[in-house]
Formats: sequence, C-alpha cells, structure tokens
Amino acid sequence: MAQMTMIQAITDAMRTELKNDENVLVFGEDVGVNGGVFRATEGLQKEFGEERVFDTPLAESGIGGLAVGLSLTGFRPVMEIQFFGFLFEVIDSISGQLARQSFRTGGRYNAPVTIRSPFGGGVATPEMHADSFEGIVASQPGLTVVIPSTPYDAKGLLISAIRDENPVVFLEHMKLYRSFRQEVPEEAYTIPLGKADVKREGTDLSIITYGAMVHESLKAAEALEKEGHSVEVVDLRTVQPLDIETIIASVEKTNRAIVVQEAQKQAGIAANVVSEITERAILSLEAPVLRVTAPDTVYPFAQGENAWLPDANDIIETAKKVLTF
Amino acid sequence: MAAKKEKQFDPVKTLHSIEEQFEMFQILNEEGEIVNKDADPKLSDEELTELMTRMVYTRILDQRSISLNRQGRLGFYAPTAGQEASQLASHFALEKEDFILPGYRDVPQLIFHGLPLHMAFLWSRGHYLGSAFPEGLNVLFPQIIIGAQYIQAAGVALGFQKRGIKAVAMTYTGDGGTSQGDFYEGINFAGAYRSPAIFVVQNNQYAISTPRELQTAAKTLAQKGVAAGIPSILVDGMDALAVYVATRDARERAINGEGPTLIETMCYRYGPHTMAGDDPTRYRTSDTDNEWEKRDPLVRFRKYLEGKGIWNEEKENEVIERAKEEIKEAIKQADAAPKQKVTDFMKIMYKGDMPFNLQEQFDLYTEKESK
Repeated sequence: MAQMTMIQAITDAMRTELKNDENVLVFGEDVGVNGGVFRATEGLQKEFGEERVFDTPLAESGIGGLAVGLSLTGFRPVMEIQFFGFLFEVIDSISGQLARQSFRTGGRYNAPVTIRSPFGGGVATPEMHADSFEGIVASQPGLTVVIPSTPYDAKGLLISAIRDENPVVFLEHMKLYRSFRQEVPEEAYTIPLGKADVKREGTDLSIITYGAMVHESLKAAEALEKEGHSVEVVDLRTVQPLDIETIIASVEKTNRAIVVQEAQKQAGIAANVVSEITERAILSLEAPVLRVTAPDTVYPFAQGENAWLPDANDIIETAKKVLTF
Repeated sequence: MAAKKEKQFDPVKTLHSIEEQFEMFQILNEEGEIVNKDADPKLSDEELTELMTRMVYTRILDQRSISLNRQGRLGFYAPTAGQEASQLASHFALEKEDFILPGYRDVPQLIFHGLPLHMAFLWSRGHYLGSAFPEGLNVLFPQIIIGAQYIQAAGVALGFQKRGIKAVAMTYTGDGGTSQGDFYEGINFAGAYRSPAIFVVQNNQYAISTPRELQTAAKTLAQKGVAAGIPSILVDGMDALAVYVATRDARERAINGEGPTLIETMCYRYGPHTMAGDDPTRYRTSDTDNEWEKRDPLVRFRKYLEGKGIWNEEKENEVIERAKEEIKEAIKQADAAPKQKVTDFMKIMYKGDMPFNLQEQFDLYTEKESK
C-alpha cells in the first residue's frame, strides 16, 4: 500500500496496464516527454518508449480517429483529451464512431478504447476547461462513462476501463487530482464498471452523487448527522450504466433521496437517477426526489465559480427540504 | 504618384508556382492511346483483362443496382458509373493485407477486396449482416460521415507501422469532402507520423448539387497535400492506367516508410448523387454530361485492349452475363437473410456482457419476440 493522490493513482493504473498488455497505447497532446499537463502520464514515455506513449498534433478529432484506426489493428488505445470542454471537436469520433463500432460491424470489430479527460470546477480554469459534459456522452448508446472520486476508485476503475472491450469515457475531476491522499494498493486490482459504492451508511436520507460532489455530500452528511439525521452517501462511480440495484436498495432503506451533481440542472445525469427511482421505488418514497445542481447558465467566469458551483450548504438545504417534506 | 516599386515578395506568384506543380497525370488518352510511354506500368495481358473485367462488371453492377433500387429491392445506393477507373484501378494496386476505409460510394472496391456481393446488398438495404465482414477481410463499412474515414485511415496506417506490417491503409473521399476538418487532420496526422496511408480524393465535380469550384478557391484538390507536407498528385481519374500507377507508386513509398500520399482523381459520376431523390438535371447540363461521356474510362480502356488484341465484344458479353447472374444470385441470398430482431441489435452493441439497462431491455424484447 502507498499513499497516493488521485493523479498518482491514475498514472499508476496506466503504468500497470502498459506493463500488463503490450497492445495498450497512451497518446494525446503533451502526454509524452512532458508527462501530461497534469503529470498524469509522468515518466510513462521514459519507461515504455515513444512507440507506446506518444504525443499527437493538436487536433482532438484526429486523436479520436487515431484511436478508431489503432483499435481496428488490434491495439488498446488510451487516448487523452486535454480538457473535456474540447469534447465537441471529437464528438463524432467518440459518439458517432467508437460507440457504434461493434454495432455497425455486427460485432466483427469492437472498440477497446479508453478516453481519459479532466473536467470539473473549483480551480479557476479559463473558459471551456471545467464544464461537466458527462450527460452528453452518457446519452450515447455504446459508451460507458466513469467518474471516480477517490484515488483508490480511480486506479481500480481505470484498470477496468482499459481492460474493457468497449469504449469507456473516463472523466477525472481536476479539483480531486491532488486534494487528498489515500491508501492505494501497489498491485493491479479492478473495480467493476457500473457498480456504485456506499461511501457512508445512513438510514434517513440517501444522497446519490458522483465526482467532486461526493466530498461535498460527505461534508453535508457530517453536518446533518450533528443535527440528528443519518445520511447515506452513494457514490455512483459509473454514471452510465447506473447501478440500479445499489441506488434502489439505498432508497428502499431510507425512503428519501436527493441527487447531487455539479452540472447544470438541464445537464448531467441527475434526471436519469430521479426517473429510475420513481419508476422502481415510488412506493418507498416519503418525499419527492430533489436535485442539487448548478444553475442553467453557461459555466461561469472563473471569479464567479464559488457563487455558482453547488456545495455542501446547497446539499444541506435541499436535504432538509426532503427530510421535512 | 510614385512609380510602382518592385515587390520584395509576391504571394500571388507563390500561389501560381504551387498550382503549376499539379499538372494532370495521364497515360491513356481518350482514344485509348498511350501518351506517356515512360509511365506505362506494362501490366501483363492477364492483368489488363482482369482490370477491364472488373470495370465492366462494376458498370453492370451500377446499372442493376439502380434498377433494383427503383424496384424497391435495394435501399441506399450511391451510383458509381463513370468512376470505374478511379475506384477499381486504384484498388487494383492494393494487396489483400491492405486495409480499405471506403466512403459511401466506394462499395465496388470492397467487393473486389473480397466482400461477398450479397453483403453489399444487405448493407444497402440496412441489415446488420451486411457489415459483419468475414474474418480476414481488411475493410471497414462504407463511412457515412464525410471525412471520418480520413482520420481513421491515419490510425489504421499508424497501427500497421507500429506492428511492422508492410501494408497500407487506403481511404477515399469526394471533392466536397476535402472541405471537412477531418480531411485535413487525417492527411496531416499521417504526414506527421509518416504513416503508410493512401488518401484518394475522387473529384467527380459535384458534391450533390454544389460544384467543385464552390468548395475551394484552390485550383486543384491535390495541392491540399502541400498543407500536410505530403506528396500529392493530380491524376486523370478516367484513365485506369494513370490511376493504377499513381496508387502503385504511393503504395511503394508507403511500405518503404516514406509516408502517405494524396491522390486526386479527376472523374465524373454520370448518375445522380444517390438514389434518394437527387435529380442532376437541376444542376448539370447535358452538354457537361456529353463532354464527360467522351472521356468514359471503359471506352478508352476498351479501345486500348482491343488495339492489343486482348479484348473483344464476346469477352465483354461474357463478363456482362456473369455479372447479371451473380447479381441475381446475390439478391436471392440477401432475400434469404433472417429478419432483424431488436434482440439481435442488443447482442451486437457490446463485446462481452450487456450493461444492466440493456440486459433488462433484452429480457423484455426476448419475451415480446417469443409471442
């Protein structure tokens, strides 16, 4: 075991898989000798060579095309999109091509591609860096969308993503990269995709969340605990497909739920979670399932982030509405 | 007014000097005469007749496909008549291990690379078995998103390069497609990695109704290779020998590690853009059609082979009869394909286990389909 930040755990997962499978290739803008703009690929080119870990021209769409082509020749690409705000340059390769590769070839070709990309607010990035666009990829059949919130989850989920035979979008929240350390096993281990994790057990209310909001929810749960409310925090970890079993089991136990996301109300995946709960557990509900989200504006100018991003206080407020409904 | 000074730098002159580099490469003229003896690939009689056979076969395939489409026995179909030299002579320079990433009009190349005809028909109709290619057939389905095949070809070529496989990725787009970002990114990536890719632009003069001149002020499309720093060539796309030589040379450079090539084939489609209601008389004059019909790739290649005494009407009729027979047989085979079920679609979404949502829906549809 070693104490690792999330970014170190991510590097460690890629190192593990580069070692484990010679078909794994890591590429993107500045991921080679530079080690990535966040040091996520630090040391990998030196260890595995330029054939395995390499830089690309500055063109996201071309990077997506490389991933498609390399997967057709039997490789297992791990491509990086420097910031997920640049998704729109490469959305055809991801949603129009990779996601459909198995389907449109009747299963003849699959696309074992991992798309790594940082996103998320709270670190005052310039425009189109922090946007939460997971809802866009989550709506595309053929894609799995993973968002870890801890170093331990990040490593196990990334190894699973790389080993998966189908395309996986792996979104890394920038604020969580170095915000805390955690014990992470040094050997390879996997966490199944599509499986949520109960980060805190409780009996009065379920908070269903992912990404940086997991930590805000845990803070809120602690504050609520002091006021006598027992709160369960479910970290989705995979936002598509949802872990229906864990979500419903939690709601059936607590009878009250809120869904918390950093994305705007009209975006993200919170509405999907609410729908699944109402379809499957309405008779267990003592109150409507409310959402904590950002407002439906464009992602804010950097100095407005604090006022705009949802935080523990917003969660507490919404939780109380549901608890006292 | 002061006298005009001699310019230190003249960008107009630079542009013209680039444009002058792209003269049309031709070997056979419209009369079927060799006009460029040094470039003659000197194909064997057998190879020449095989190439002619494929072009005639494809012309018949086009005629039959249009008529089958009109009878409702085929679905999506993009006519190919006029582009036989461009499509089949370029493919003729390939080997089995080469990988083709076709556009939606490039079905003939797939067929001569080994795609069973009935699968091409199933693809046209919209049946998943039409692109469930046999193992070992190095092709992708005809790409509908114009330009996507270009960036993907850069990836396939890089894959071959990394594996040390002496093979190329060959891809096709049209004149309109050169305006796409992915067109440029594709040739630029392959150039930066010096990957073994051959990029073909089949300039058939129109992107649906939009004439080639409206795509770009560039005098040729071949010169767009300059932006990627890769060799490029403008070829008479109605001349099978010129197309063959340009592709053969590009392949040789590619497998020798010298990187990609861009080939513009100047050709023409006699038919509509697709069979989905496009009417070329709205945007094309019959004068233009007639002018291009004089350059028909079949006419000149036929004259050339007849001059050599290796082709005649009897041979051509044999090919026509065989094509018609095989097409009839393939349509029958396509008719026999099982009807698609929703559960079939679900099974091909992912390799391995279905995700929870899909498994749930699979169970639901399994029940529906059992009723």
